[in-house]
Amino acid sequence: MTLPANATRLPHTVSDQPFDPDAIYKYTDAQKALFEASQLRLMWWKFRRHKPALISGIFLAVLYFSILISELLAPYNLETRNSSHIYAPPQAIHLFHNGEFIGPFVYGFDYKLNMENLKREYVPNLEKVQPLRFFCSGEKYKFWGLFEASFRFVCPAEKGTMFLLGTDRLGRDVLSRIIYGARISLTIGLLGVGVSLVLGIVIGGMAGYYGGLFDVLSQRLIEVIQSLPSIPLWLALAAILPITWSPIVVYFGITVILGLLDWTGLARTVRSKLLALREEDYVSAAQVMGASSRRIVFRHLIPGFASHLIATATIAIPTMILGETTLSFLGLGLRAPITSWGVLLTEAQNINAVALYPWLLWPVLPVILVVLAYNFFGDGLRDAADPYK
Amino acid sequence: MVYYIFRRMLMMIPTLVITSALIFAIIEAPPGDYLESYIAELKAQGEAVDTARIEYLRKEYGFDKSPVERYFNWVGGMFVGDFGYSFAYELPVTAVVGDRLFLTVVVSMATIIFTWLIAFPIGIYSATRQYSWGDYGFTFLGLLGLAIPNFLLALVLMYLANVWFGTSIGGLVDPAFVGQPMSWAKFVSVLHHLWIPVIVIGTAGTAGMIRRIRANLLDELQKQYVTTARAKGLHPFKALVKYPLRMSLNFFISDIGSLLPAVISGAEVVAIVLSLETTGPLLISALQQQDMYLAGSFLMFLSLLTVVGVLISDIALAWLDPRIRLSGGVRK
Repeated sequence: MTLPANATRLPHTVSDQPFDPDAIYKYTDAQKALFEASQLRLMWWKFRRHKPALISGIFLAVLYFSILISELLAPYNLETRNSSHIYAPPQAIHLFHNGEFIGPFVYGFDYKLNMENLKREYVPNLEKVQPLRFFCSGEKYKFWGLFEASFRFVCPAEKGTMFLLGTDRLGRDVLSRIIYGARISLTIGLLGVGVSLVLGIVIGGMAGYYGGLFDVLSQRLIEVIQSLPSIPLWLALAAILPITWSPIVVYFGITVILGLLDWTGLARTVRSKLLALREEDYVSAAQVMGASSRRIVFRHLIPGFASHLIATATIAIPTMILGETTLSFLGLGLRAPITSWGVLLTEAQNINAVALYPWLLWPVLPVILVVLAYNFFGDGLRDAADPYK
Repeated sequence: MVYYIFRRMLMMIPTLVITSALIFAIIEAPPGDYLESYIAELKAQGEAVDTARIEYLRKEYGFDKSPVERYFNWVGGMFVGDFGYSFAYELPVTAVVGDRLFLTVVVSMATIIFTWLIAFPIGIYSATRQYSWGDYGFTFLGLLGLAIPNFLLALVLMYLANVWFGTSIGGLVDPAFVGQPMSWAKFVSVLHHLWIPVIVIGTAGTAGMIRRIRANLLDELQKQYVTTARAKGLHPFKALVKYPLRMSLNFFISDIGSLLPAVISGAEVVAIVLSLETTGPLLISALQQQDMYLAGSFLMFLSLLTVVGVLISDIALAWLDPRIRLSGGVRK
């Protein structure tokens, strides 16, 4: 195109003012922080606002930390038997004796066998004041089975007792056993979910991306597994574990069983998410740019819903903890000397225990608390997993 | 529609074939069989083993044949109504299960009605008054019901019922009525005992149901047609029940499918704790004793009911909700 004869070019000018991208619209600091925040940071902000979830998360973190130092927290060892205190009721902690402050202490028991009904009767003796010791040297234990130590946070008085939640039929301290039992009960759900997460992602991912025969077969398999009632299936699988296996192997066997039956839901989620995301523009863009299908799945698709997946898996953990409790209750789960909360509850499985030794029911409290905490935590995670909503 | 139902029925066949193979494999997997443990038990008690009878049973039920042959015998028998023989009860499986079926159905139906009666009003209340104290309270109660292991709740309730109301411990009728024909007094006794299993089995289901009614109804209530209805001055009750509630019940209909097997299986663990004469404990003990035909046929029956139940709810969904496509991916 040529210019008309009488036209002149406009002078070429560059503004000498310093460049300021925010000149027209000033963002506040808060807005800037929001726009520049990473995905994880956005999730954290959203999660933080869900107070029950936050509290539950802290509670769970404390519990999981406690299983690292169970030996230090428990006043007794897992298997310590106090043959003179069988089925002793809980001892209450007092602070004042005869109106005088002497710090936390318990009253010792006077034991008597009621000859009429052969019931063991324990009466607190108000003379026996047994102050608790803190940061003390108590019973010897092997820390994680590695080295001997005797330091504990709290111990009973010398020659005294401290059964804050009573004792069981062998005179073992229920509170200590609950603290030790957390090791097994809290990890069994994690391992089980790990198994089901791997299975769910691999099978669901392959079904969703490759489709075809594999998809049809895996969908049928999932349908079959879901159509079987879960408790009989657990039982049948638990019965397969050979009786000769050592308890620790049985423990891993149970986690695998719990995981094997739980992956179907996750696989379905992964598959349907993949099917939906496969049609997104950014996947087409990646394909056009020549990315391999492997790269597309693992680099672009899976991260897109990984957070959602983890939140879903979190909600599955309490089901597994309850499942272990039920299996142990039926006598098909873990066996002594492995101690979980479910194993502890088997002690309380008859009506006599409820009527005569109700303190044997205490292990149910941590079960309820953990299940509730995981539910709130999982709900919060799931809401946070989609920060743009 | 007819074509759709036909196609779905065809698809049931491979599912059931895989299921039967899986069940058979699971039941076969533990080492040994019932007869072996039976002989061992007799020997331990110092009793004479009736070799002829054992041999007869071994032949009759093909313990001398390969697992594959036995599998085909078992499946073939089911087609002609022969579900096998329970070794522990020394009765055909149909007779053993049939005895307990009536009570199981009574308990399950009562539980389902209880669940619906509690869950519906609370779910609707929670959804219409989101984030109110009532909503928080009910949500928490529901979660609590989910979190307490069922068997413990059963134990404690049974104990409390005995202490407070003098209800006899365990079972569904007073010991005085056991083995007696059905009468009005017996019926009343059943009612006296029924509430514990109903509450215990119902709590977990109620909790889940409240949450789902709430979530589904909340989704619907946010839609524009509800706003429109309100703006037009439709009666609030109608603007809640006639449209949004009806739409939010899709999940409820797809649940009906899973109700069918649940009615028959009768919550196993609770039934064991409460020593109810339902099918649940029967199945568990059969699995533990390797009474394989009893366990296998019963499991197979349950999964058949599941598959049929899913089919029924899919058909009902497609029939009620025209938005659901018949071809491919009926379930969301």
